[in-house]
Amino acid sequence: MKQVRVLLIKEFKQVFRNKGMLPIIFLVPIIQLLILVNAANFEIKKIDFAVYDPDQSQLSHQLVQELQSSGYYHLVANIQSYRQGQEYMDQNQIDLLLMIPNQFESTLLREGKAALMVDISAIDGSAASVIFYYTNTIISGFNKQIVAQWNRRPPKGRERQLIESRFWYNPELEYKNYMTPGLMVVLVTMVGMFLSSMNVVREKEIGTIEQLNVTPITKTQFIISKLFPFWVIGLFELAFGLAIGKLIFDFPVLGSLPLLFGFAAFYLTVVLGIGLFISTVTNTQQQAMLISWFFMVIFILMSGLFTAIENMPPWAQVITWFNPMAYFVEVIRMVLLKGSEFHNIVRHFSVILIMSLVINSLAIFTYRKRS
Amino acid sequence: MRQLIVFILKEFKHIFRDHRTLLILFGMPVAQVFLFGYAVTNEVRDAELTVWDRSGDYLSGELISSMVGSGYFKYEGQVTSDRELADGFKSNRYKLGLVIPPNFARDVFQGNAKVQLLLDASDPNTANILNSYASAIIGKFISSHTKLHLPLNIQTEVRMTYNPELKGVFLFVPGVITVILMLVSALLTSIALAREKEMGTMEILLVSPLQPATVVIGKVIPYLGLSFVNALVVLLLGFFVFGMPLHGNLVLLLSEFILFIICALSIGIFISTKAASQQVAMMMSLFALMMPTILLSGFIFPIDSMPRVLQWLSYIIPAKYFIQVVKGIMLQGTGLSELWKPTLAIAGISLFFIIASIKNFKTRLA
Repeated sequence: MKQVRVLLIKEFKQVFRNKGMLPIIFLVPIIQLLILVNAANFEIKKIDFAVYDPDQSQLSHQLVQELQSSGYYHLVANIQSYRQGQEYMDQNQIDLLLMIPNQFESTLLREGKAALMVDISAIDGSAASVIFYYTNTIISGFNKQIVAQWNRRPPKGRERQLIESRFWYNPELEYKNYMTPGLMVVLVTMVGMFLSSMNVVREKEIGTIEQLNVTPITKTQFIISKLFPFWVIGLFELAFGLAIGKLIFDFPVLGSLPLLFGFAAFYLTVVLGIGLFISTVTNTQQQAMLISWFFMVIFILMSGLFTAIENMPPWAQVITWFNPMAYFVEVIRMVLLKGSEFHNIVRHFSVILIMSLVINSLAIFTYRKRS
Repeated sequence: MRQLIVFILKEFKHIFRDHRTLLILFGMPVAQVFLFGYAVTNEVRDAELTVWDRSGDYLSGELISSMVGSGYFKYEGQVTSDRELADGFKSNRYKLGLVIPPNFARDVFQGNAKVQLLLDASDPNTANILNSYASAIIGKFISSHTKLHLPLNIQTEVRMTYNPELKGVFLFVPGVITVILMLVSALLTSIALAREKEMGTMEILLVSPLQPATVVIGKVIPYLGLSFVNALVVLLLGFFVFGMPLHGNLVLLLSEFILFIICALSIGIFISTKAASQQVAMMMSLFALMMPTILLSGFIFPIDSMPRVLQWLSYIIPAKYFIQVVKGIMLQGTGLSELWKPTLAIAGISLFFIIASIKNFKTRLA
């Protein structure tokens, strides 16, 4: 016990004496959080568009007006030819090109139907489908409006609603509420994994590992004392991040914080275990860093942080079962945003426990007290 | 010159003897492209749907099967109370609940049916998309049974330019190339240089007859080669596996690659002049370089939707310009006449960091 304590004191001193690392551990993640939360947003707030309108009728003007008054659409130019529209699109000046055919109004009134053409820049496929959805909604709303005019009936207030939608837990659809908790997981994981994966290998590279190897401490004691300081830092980071996030973004905290920290405590042992394992099997810090980065990227992509896991094909969903981050991202959102209780996350808890046991035994097993 | 070549050879050997690093270096971009190409998507499929069917007539059954038939929803059985639904939401069993009121069939034929959609909006994006899909399906279903149709009908024909099948991978391939180039060129270079400092071997190199410039150039040239090959691998994958087009000029594209690599290398060198140890160099590169490259470059998230301050910040991120250039050349088939602005920006940023590194470079360490 005394040996572990001495080793712990050494590790803590090492962390806190390194003046270059301190701001990186404490300051940078916070700045990151602030930037990330604001940047990580799939919402589309502004759609630049151009109109090619040879018809120049009352209806066509009304339609353009309708798009603009929605608040999303920003008219960049009235163009004179299709070619010109393509040029605008090639230069990324517009996202959407609306083409109203010649005699649009008269065709519609005479034949009862008329076509519009819409070109959407679809480099970003998912943004394009959202733009298409918005545009379609506005055009069909416009359609209903002119039908009402045509029937010489004054539009009867708002159209009677067939469907009533209720958005639970986040009625204003505030995206930040959703992203902030998830990003906290990324920060905690990143700091924990990188620090721990660089740790043992650094001692190897500098040669100080030999000095530790000749001491009487056991492998388990060694791993525990390497792990503990980063575990404390990780939990602190989470608390710090939550406090900052709460102060600045004021996201809801519906569930119990002790439950969340209880889960985080176990989760961190998994992350640190992975880091230590990487550290024991590599020879240089560069290697360790690359491997951690590799896993970080895959963990983040497969965690459901940015895109939901349910949208993935089945084989990819199977991969996510082995991703510890996927569990914590889900749990932190469930607990903070929906107030989930222990019985809702039993499965997550047990998986994390098993992962922790497996990875830490591996780390202890692969660590050799000789080079 | 001879000295430089010998030095470069030494560095190449260093890199090639480290099999693990090489494996990761080439395995990572491939894994990423496949994940982005197949797994990471915003398309909603199989969202868990539960129904509180208070009507239980034939029409409500038909509505449920038309929702499931759309492919967007997966039917997870019925609930019979708000409480049950709430608990399902809390355990992430359901994404949305459909409440069908009593006497649904009668109401539909009388033209005043009303249903309720309850959505788990803790994920607002998905909730929004699900709401629009479900509303469209329900609206169509109800109006097809009330025979309500419009006498004047505007049809919208839509054309998805550049990417008719809306493949997500078209957006991600340029992004992955950018991240890989940044990772190999900036991150690895800064660490390689910081490593010499940390181990004390920098001292040896500096007192050797080699010019400081030779040392630095010798250190970075292998990484230039490595990242270039790496970017090519990703490019070929995008081209052959995911059918990504190359509408523009290949030579121009490859020259832009090299320009961007030089830019990333100059940033890497600059970081290493500032960092005393590998850990500091790594953390600086990760947080100050990699994260902004991924987040503020338009790689994943549209820049236009960000707050003003971040939009301004994105102007100093070279990756933003590079992604523009790659997308322009590959997908839109544009040339230098349209892309000279971002190209100039990348060149300018490189120049800035080269000058800053020269100013900062110390020939003695203490």
